[in-house]
Amino acid sequence: MHKEFLMGNAAIARGAVDAGLNVISGYPGTPSTEVLETAAKNNDGSLYVEWSVNEKAALELSAGAAYCGANSMVTMKQVGLNVASDPLMSLAYIGVKGGMVILVADDPGPISSQTEQDTRHFASYSKLPCFDPSSVQEAYDMIQDAFEYSRKYNTPVLFRPTTRVCHGYASITVKDKDERKTNKPEGFVKDSSKWVIFPRLSYNAHIHIEKRNAELSHEFSAYRKNEIFPEEKKGCKRGIATHGISFAYTTEALKGMEAPRILKVSTPFPFPEQKALKFLEGLDEVLCIEELDPIIERELIYICGKYHLDVRIYGKLTGNVQPAGENTVESVYNNIAEFMGFEPLDINPDESTPELPVRPPVLCAGCPHRASFYAVKKAMKGIKSVFCGDIGCYTLGNAMPLDMVDTCLCMGAGVNITQGIGKIEPDTKCFAFVGDSTFFASAITGAVNAVYNQADMTLIVLDNSTTAMTGHQPHPGTGRTMMGQVVDKIDITAVLKGIGVQTVETVDPLKLDEAVECVKRVSAQKGVKAIIFKSPCAVLIKPEKPVVIDSDKCKQCKKCINELGCPGIVIKDGKVTIERSLCSGCGLCSQVCPFGAIGGADNAD
Amino acid sequence: MQTNIMLCGVGGQGIVLTSKLIAAAAMEEDIPVMSAETIGMAQKGGSVFSFLRLGEGVSCPMFGKKSADILIAFEPAEAVRMLPYLKDGGKAVVNTHAIMPVTAALKGSNYTGDEMIDYLKEKVDDLLLIDGTKACEEIGSPKVLNMIMLGAALSRGVLPFDVAKIEQTMRNTVKPQFHELNSRALRYSL
Ligand code: SF4
Ligand code: SF4
Repeated sequence: MHKEFLMGNAAIARGAVDAGLNVISGYPGTPSTEVLETAAKNNDGSLYVEWSVNEKAALELSAGAAYCGANSMVTMKQVGLNVASDPLMSLAYIGVKGGMVILVADDPGPISSQTEQDTRHFASYSKLPCFDPSSVQEAYDMIQDAFEYSRKYNTPVLFRPTTRVCHGYASITVKDKDERKTNKPEGFVKDSSKWVIFPRLSYNAHIHIEKRNAELSHEFSAYRKNEIFPEEKKGCKRGIATHGISFAYTTEALKGMEAPRILKVSTPFPFPEQKALKFLEGLDEVLCIEELDPIIERELIYICGKYHLDVRIYGKLTGNVQPAGENTVESVYNNIAEFMGFEPLDINPDESTPELPVRPPVLCAGCPHRASFYAVKKAMKGIKSVFCGDIGCYTLGNAMPLDMVDTCLCMGAGVNITQGIGKIEPDTKCFAFVGDSTFFASAITGAVNAVYNQADMTLIVLDNSTTAMTGHQPHPGTGRTMMGQVVDKIDITAVLKGIGVQTVETVDPLKLDEAVECVKRVSAQKGVKAIIFKSPCAVLIKPEKPVVIDSDKCKQCKKCINELGCPGIVIKDGKVTIERSLCSGCGLCSQVCPFGAIGGADNAD
Repeated sequence: MQTNIMLCGVGGQGIVLTSKLIAAAAMEEDIPVMSAETIGMAQKGGSVFSFLRLGEGVSCPMFGKKSADILIAFEPAEAVRMLPYLKDGGKAVVNTHAIMPVTAALKGSNYTGDEMIDYLKEKVDDLLLIDGTKACEEIGSPKVLNMIMLGAALSRGVLPFDVAKIEQTMRNTVKPQFHELNSRALRYSL
C-alpha cells in the first residue's frame, strides 16, 4: 500500500487493474473518459484496451470477453447507456462467467450532457446490482468489490459514479504493483443452453434473477460501504439518508454540529432493506438528500409502508430538496437547516457586486468548425434552409453570431431529423452537420437510411481527425488504436461512396471562397450528397503567428467580430484588437474583413 | 491545520495545472489533499475554478462559501465571481488583465476589469494585484502566468510551503529547459 494523488476516474481504473482487469472498452463521454485513458496508461501489456466505435459495440465486446472468464469493464457516460441498453437488458438474463463491470458516469447539473437521467433507474430496470461511490478512495475500493460480486454471482454489475467523484482528486491509499490480483481467463466454453438467448431461457433466468436479488439485498445490508453514522445512538429522532458526493456535502455541512443519524446508501439496487430498517428504528423524520432522482426516498417510503413504520420521509418528492440540478455544500446545508430547524445560510448575492460578464463556452480561436459553419451560412444566405446539428464541440456552432445549429438531440440524430424535416418541407434545403467521431459512432446508419429512402439532403462531415470535445481520443478515421497500433484509416469518402452517395466533395473550410463555392455547387444537386470539411482541430496543431490589424485600414466596422465571434478578436479601448494570447493565426478573419485590414504576422509594421 | 484554496480564471489559463502543482507539493510533504475542478465543455473559454484543500481530516473535495483562506484569481471578473468563497479576512491574489468574452465583444461592451478591481479593493483588505501580462512580458514568455500567480500566492504566507519547495516540485514535473524561466516567474513577486 502507498499514497497517490488521483482523479476519481483514475482511481476507478487503478482499482479495476488491481482487481485483475483483462479487457476494457468504452466510448468517450464526459465525465467518464479518463477511466479508460488511465487504464491504457497503466497497461503493462497484459490488458486489452479499446475505444470502441460506440457504447453498444463496447458493451458487447466486454461481454464477449467476460463469457470467456475474463475480467472486463466497459465505460461510458449516462446517455451512452441509452445506446448500449439493448445488449444490457439481454445480458442481464444471460450473465457472464468472469467479472464484468459496466461503468456509467452520471452528470448532475447537467454540466456536460443532454439529460439528467439517473442510472440507478437502469439498475432496477435491468435488475443488475449497482454501486454508487461517495469519494475517490471509496471509488477505488468499491470497484474491486464490484468485480468480486460480479464473479460471485456471474452477473454484470453497474458502477455509477457522478461527475464530482469522477473529476474530484484526492490523495488515497492504493495497492502496490505486487499486491495486484491477476486473472487468467479459462476461454470460451460452448454451451448453447447458456449463451443463446431464447424465451425459455429468459423465463428461467427471470426467476433466478428475482431470487438472487432478494439474496443480494440481504447481503448488501451487511456490505461495509452501506453505513449508518453513528453506528449506535439511542434517542435520535431525526435521520438523513444520502449517497454519493451528497454524503460528503452532508458531512461538510454538519461539521462541528450535533449530527442526526445518517444512512449512506452505496448500493441503490438491490436496496439494502434490512440496513434501512435498522436506520429507521426509533426515528420520527428522515430527510433524503439525493442528486438526480428520489430513489432512496421512494425506497424508504416503500419500506415504511411495508413494515407499517410511522416515519415521515422528506426529500425531493415533498419539495424539501431541489428537484433538479447539482447539490452543493450550501444547498445541502440549507436543506438540513430547514429540516433541523436552524438558521439557513444567506446565499443571496451581494447587491453591490458589479455585473459580471457571462462566459458561455465557445468554439476555440482558430477552430475550423467556425469556418465550416460560416461557409455554409454564406452559401445559403437568402435560401430557405435548416441546419441540424449533433453532439460534439460543433454543437457550439449554435452560439451567436454563427447561429448555425437549429436542432440537436442525441448522438447521430441530426442526419435523420433533417430527413424528417425534408419530408414535410420539401422546399427547404436540408443540412446535417456531424463530426468525424460521431459519424462513425452513429451517423452511418442515418446516411444509409437517407440513400435508401430517397432523401434530399446535404450531409456535412466536420472532419478534424479527432474526438475533440472529450479530450482528443482516436477513432476509426484516425488510424491509431488504444493499443498503440497504426492501422488503416477508415475513409469517410469511401464509406459514403460505398453506400451510394454519388457526390462526396472534400474541401478545406479555412479557404473560405472555395468552401462557399463548394457548398453552393453541392447543395444545388438533388438527392443525398456530402461535403467533408477537412481541417485539423486547432488544439492539436502548432498555432501560426497571430494575425495583425492594420490600424490605418481598419474602419472599425466590426464585421469580423459580428460575423465570426472568434475569441481571438476583442475590443480594447474602443478599438478592434487581436488578443495575441488566443489567436491561432487561422486567417479566417482576414478573409472576412472588407477592407483588407487583417493580415498575417509578416505584414506587421 | 487545514488550508482551503480557491483558484479561478478562464478556460485555457492554466488553472488546473497550477492546482496540480500545489497538490503535488503537498503530497511530497505528506499533507493530505483533495480537489475538485471544472472539466469539460466549460474549459472552452468558460469560467473555470478549482477547489483545493490541504491538511488532515478533509473529507469533502469542495468547501462552502466563506471558507477559502486564499483566492488565486487569474482574471478580475472571475475573482469577483468566486469572492463569496473567500473567508472574512482571507487573502486574495488577482491578475488585473481582463479577458473579454465573445458575448461582450459582440455587444460592443468595453469590459476592462477596472470596476471589478475597484470592487475587490473595497471588499478585500489583503489584496495583491498583479499585472500578469506585463509580468509575462518582463519574464519573456506568455506561458508562465500560472507560475507568476503561484509565486504571488506563496508570498502571502498562507500556503503550507515556501517558494523553494514549489520550485523543487516544479523541477520534477517541468522539462529542464523551462526550469530557469519558471523559477524567475515564481520569484517575480518576492
Ligand atoms: S486569425 Fe482571426 S479568426 Fe483565426 S484565430 Fe486569429 S483572430 Fe480568430
Ligand atoms: S472587419 Fe476589418 S475593418 Fe471591420 S472592424 Fe474588423 S478589421 Fe476592422
